[in-house]
Amino acid sequence: MGGREANVVLLDENGIRSDGRKVNETRKVTIKAGVLKNANGSAYIEFGGNKILAGVFGPRDVHPKHMSNPDTGILRVRYHMEPFSVGERKKPAPSRREIEISKVIKEALEPAVMLENFPRTAVDVFLEVLQADGGTRCAALDAASVALADAGIPMKDMVCACAAGKAADALILDVNNEEDQAGQADMPIGYMPNLGKITLLQLDGVLTPDEYKKCIELGLEGCKQVYEIQKNALREKYFSSSDNR
Amino acid sequence: MKKREPKKRYVLPGDFITTAPLRLQNNVVLEGKRIISTTIGLSDISDDSARVISLTGGYMPKIDDLVIGTITSVSGNSWFADINSCYQGMLLGQDVFGRGSYPTATEMRERLDKGDIVFAKIANFDRQREPLISIADKNLGRIDSGELVRISPTRIPRLIGKRGSMIQMIEASTHATLTVGQNGLVVVSCEETNGLLKALAAIRMVDEQAHLVDLTDRVKKMLENDGV
Repeated sequence: MGGREANVVLLDENGIRSDGRKVNETRKVTIKAGVLKNANGSAYIEFGGNKILAGVFGPRDVHPKHMSNPDTGILRVRYHMEPFSVGERKKPAPSRREIEISKVIKEALEPAVMLENFPRTAVDVFLEVLQADGGTRCAALDAASVALADAGIPMKDMVCACAAGKAADALILDVNNEEDQAGQADMPIGYMPNLGKITLLQLDGVLTPDEYKKCIELGLEGCKQVYEIQKNALREKYFSSSDNR
Repeated sequence: MKKREPKKRYVLPGDFITTAPLRLQNNVVLEGKRIISTTIGLSDISDDSARVISLTGGYMPKIDDLVIGTITSVSGNSWFADINSCYQGMLLGQDVFGRGSYPTATEMRERLDKGDIVFAKIANFDRQREPLISIADKNLGRIDSGELVRISPTRIPRLIGKRGSMIQMIEASTHATLTVGQNGLVVVSCEETNGLLKALAAIRMVDEQAHLVDLTDRVKKMLENDGV
C-alpha cells in the first residue's frame, strides 16, 4: 500500500485527525445489498475510501469433491485485491496477506452461519477490493455478512466489524490508511451484536493492558454503528415500499 | 409471560423474536431463553409455535413436494434433473419403465432426454443421498408446452395463496393453466396471448411484492385492468 508519509499530522491539538474526524468517529459507511444479479447474494460497501464488492454463491456442489463434508456444509472465502485497488499495481495472484485475510474472515463468519442443514455443499464468498484505504478486512467482513444474509444463508446473527487503534498516543476508532502506516496500533474487531460475541480480534502494535480494554470497548462501539447501517441496507432491499411497520 | 405480538414483524438474522416458551418451527433458533431469527423475513407467532417466513434463499427438497425439473443427464438407468436446488434430483429408470426392467440407453433417451422439463414429486430425501424424484403419478411427467418462469422459491406459498386462492384467481381471470413447482419454477400455458402475458405479469408481481399485506387486492386490481 502507499508509502509512509513522514510529516503527516495524525492528531492535531484540537483532537482532530488527519482526515478531519474526531477520535471516536468512524468514516462514512454506505452499504447496498443485492447489487449482483448472477450471485445468490451480494453487497457493495463503501467504508471511507474502501470500495468492496461481495458475492455469495450457494449452497452449491463442492468442487473439488474431496473438500465436501457429509455432515455439514462448508464455508469458503476468497478475499482478493484488484491490481488497481492500490497506488502501485498489485500482482493479481493471491498474496500471503490475502490468504491470511481470507482465512480470518472465514473464521469470523463461521460462528454465525448455520450450514448443518446443507451437508455435502459449499457456500462461497467472494470479496473483491476495488479500492483500498486501510481497514479493508473489516469492511470486507461487513459486506460479506450482508451478502450472506441476502443469499438467505441461515445465520444466528449478523457479523459486523470495525477497527480501533492507537495513533499519536491517543486511542482512535476506525483506523485509516495513514494511521495504519504511521500509527502505533491497529486492532480489527469482528462482533456478533445480538449474541454479544467477538469473532475476529487481531492486534498489530503495542498497547498497555488498560489501553487494550479501552480499545476493545471503542471498537465495539464502532461495530454497533456499522451494524445499524448493515440492517438498513437489508431493510431497504427487502422491506421498502411497504406499509407494514 | 411476555405479551404476544399480534402482528407479523419484519426480522433480520439475529433479531430477537420472543422469550415465550414456544415450539421452534422454520428459520428460528433458540439461544439461551431467547428465540431469534436466522433469516430475513416475517416473524409469525402462533398459539404454540414461532417461525419466520423467509423472504430469501434457495429451495431445499422436502418429501412429497411437487417440483419442476430439467433433465441434465442420462446415466446408467437413471436420469439426473436440475431441480433448482443445491442437490440434483435423481429419477430412476424403474420408476418410469416398471420394476425389474432394464431399459437400454436409447430407450431411456426416447422417453426422457437431456433438456426435457418434467413435473415430478420428491419421493425421498435424506441427508445422505441426492433427492429421489418420481413421475409415476397422475398429472406428473414431461411438460411439453408452456412458458417456464423462474421466481424465488420463497414466493411459492404466496403464489398459491390460502387454499389456492391466489392461483385460482389468476387462472380464472386469464384462462391460463399454472403448473407450480415448490422449487420456484412455474409453467404457464394459455391459448390467448393476452391471458398469458397477464398471468406472467401477475406471477412477476407476486415475486416482487410477496412481503406486502394487500398483495391479493393488488394482483386482483392488476388483472382487472385491461392491457398489460
